[in-house]
Amino acid sequence: MQAFLKTGNLGTVSKDKVDPGTSKGNKEKNKHVPWVEKYRPRCVDDVAYQEEVVVVLKKSLQGSDLPNLLFYGPPGTGKTSTILAASRELFGDMFKTRVLELNASDERGINVIREKVKTFSQQSASSVRPDGKPCPPFKIVILDEADSMTGAAQAALRRTMEKQSKTTRFCLICNYVSRIIEPIASRCAKFRFKPLTEDILVKRLRQICDNEEIECDDDALTGLLYTSEGDLRKAITFLQSATRLKSGDRITQADIYNIAGVIPNDVIDSLLTTCRFNSYEKLQNFVQDIMNEGHPASQLILQLHDTVVQLDELGDKQKSVVMEKLAVVDKCLMDGADEFLQLMALCSTIMQQFCCKNI
Amino acid sequence: MSLWVDKYRPTSLNKLDYHKSQAAHLKNLVAGGDFPHLLVYGPSGSGKKTRIMCILKELYGPGVEKLRIEQHHFTTPSKKKLEISTISSNYHIEVNPSDVGNNDRVVIQELIKTVAQVNQLETSTQREFKVVLLTEVDRLTKDAQHALRRTMEKYMSTCRLILCCNSTSKVIPAIKSRCLGIRVAAPSIDEVCQVLQMVCKKEGLNLPGELARRIAEKSNRNLRKALLMCEACRVQQYPFSADQTVSEPDWEVYLKETAHMIVQQQSPKRLFEVRGRLYELLTHCIPADVIMKGLLQNLINSCDGELKTEVIQTAAYYEHRLQLGQKSIYHLEAFVAKFMAIYKRFLEEGIADIF
Repeated sequence: MQAFLKTGNLGTVSKDKVDPGTSKGNKEKNKHVPWVEKYRPRCVDDVAYQEEVVVVLKKSLQGSDLPNLLFYGPPGTGKTSTILAASRELFGDMFKTRVLELNASDERGINVIREKVKTFSQQSASSVRPDGKPCPPFKIVILDEADSMTGAAQAALRRTMEKQSKTTRFCLICNYVSRIIEPIASRCAKFRFKPLTEDILVKRLRQICDNEEIECDDDALTGLLYTSEGDLRKAITFLQSATRLKSGDRITQADIYNIAGVIPNDVIDSLLTTCRFNSYEKLQNFVQDIMNEGHPASQLILQLHDTVVQLDELGDKQKSVVMEKLAVVDKCLMDGADEFLQLMALCSTIMQQFCCKNI
Repeated sequence: MSLWVDKYRPTSLNKLDYHKSQAAHLKNLVAGGDFPHLLVYGPSGSGKKTRIMCILKELYGPGVEKLRIEQHHFTTPSKKKLEISTISSNYHIEVNPSDVGNNDRVVIQELIKTVAQVNQLETSTQREFKVVLLTEVDRLTKDAQHALRRTMEKYMSTCRLILCCNSTSKVIPAIKSRCLGIRVAAPSIDEVCQVLQMVCKKEGLNLPGELARRIAEKSNRNLRKALLMCEACRVQQYPFSADQTVSEPDWEVYLKETAHMIVQQQSPKRLFEVRGRLYELLTHCIPADVIMKGLLQNLINSCDGELKTEVIQTAAYYEHRLQLGQKSIYHLEAFVAKFMAIYKRFLEEGIADIF
């Protein structure tokens, strides 16, 4: 059977090979590139919405010096893209020899900092390219996801950063600046990457839609905005996934919500309705159903939060009780507590608040 | 002779018994010959693994069913030796990184890199990527999850990841945003009944509708459990009768008795006896959180409305502590003691009200 299939495969392939135009094969390959990579900004000018960084990087492109950099901000705002684009523009073909990129998937203990980073930074860099054009006389070490580096490893960087300042610039990228030790942070120029605004997100997404020739409802775009929370990468990934799933059909808001794992609003509403009945058994059955449907508790809490805040039925005091419990439950879930029990605890608190008022 | 669960596992996306529209979507997804990283989540026994294997088969053909078990050895930076077993075919490799506990990061880094850095030589006859299937992703340490992040992007051209977990609550957002999430809901009671009927028909057995329904309800919408229960019933008594007892696992019965003991009497002596029973359960490898949940289900039935809220809050509190702590018996016992105190107070108040 397998042999049969294999020959079948070969047959179709040889047909492809007969085709003189290799462009078809290329196209086929391009189709599978994640759009996140495909639409990564190629040059610094393409970077959306982060003016301060762009100005600094552009100056350095025109020949002035570059400080050590520390980029921080929420995911999907373009931190990695920016520095990659900048170094590509700075070094051109020499990108491979002049840039050392380390991220959390690489081993980054104190030893690696001491050996790999140190040796790399000690190499001198000339100020001309092999083809004679001028280029900046330094190398760049990119430490992506620096907040997951150990404190010891960060400490080992301190002196290296200063000593090799003639030949090497460091660029640290992280989500939370508070996890970078103070001595490192003070050696860098800090740039905060703002969450992207809605119109910029829409503009980019529309651009991609036009490029890929996708039909996409306006509603679906709003859905993307809501689910992505300013994270462009997330939005693009969702868009691509939706396109793949629907394969050519129009993308609707429901598809986006489905992919993003958003719980339908009527589930939340009926949960609250169940709470109003003040019956433990009903509540238990309902929560068990939600769990069986496979909705993650963290998502449920997130949406419950939005709904409860806007509920007119509860007073401020009652809301604050619910919110406090919400926070506790969230923390417990992070610690790995059982979802069913935590949700039951939360819902029974909400139930109490609903029913206290009636008394 | 294999179990019914394995024997009647659907092997292609067309043959799936429920969530048909999702199956159609998945088929679309795979039809292009490629797919993004997937994050498959849902309660246990809902058919996550079945769907994953169907996808793989759709992609690579029947070759994926030729499985072999391999042992891999890794060394941590601190020179500790790790050993982990993987299940693999020519096209995919399945591994449960949480088997090695805290050192799962090393496994992720090494294993995925070795798989991903190998390019398929002849891309014309094969897919140009392999699949790495990671199970129980929700039990990965944060370190390991961070290690996954960039790896996922970097080796996109040679490797696809399929992550499988019960809930995405413990998966970091960075990973969620890189994957296409696929929610597999548990089958409804009716769907479980249908599957049971179908399996019995194929076995040449006659299953009364009522019994099927009872099994389905007892299984808590867990299809695997339902099928196993059904097979157990078959062994117990055939031909089936509609009012046949559906046997429960003996530890559940034991747990029920324990709960009954707690409700009967609240005293230090009883607590001591209960502790013995809890130890008994723990030494039989029943996970502590399952014990806690089982106890709660049984205890809560004998409580009044107001009391229920209080009990559930206590249970949630101690279950959280259980996850943080090291020795589970402390927390289980603390919960029992607390319950006794609450229950006793409630009873005494009740008596005081009467007089």
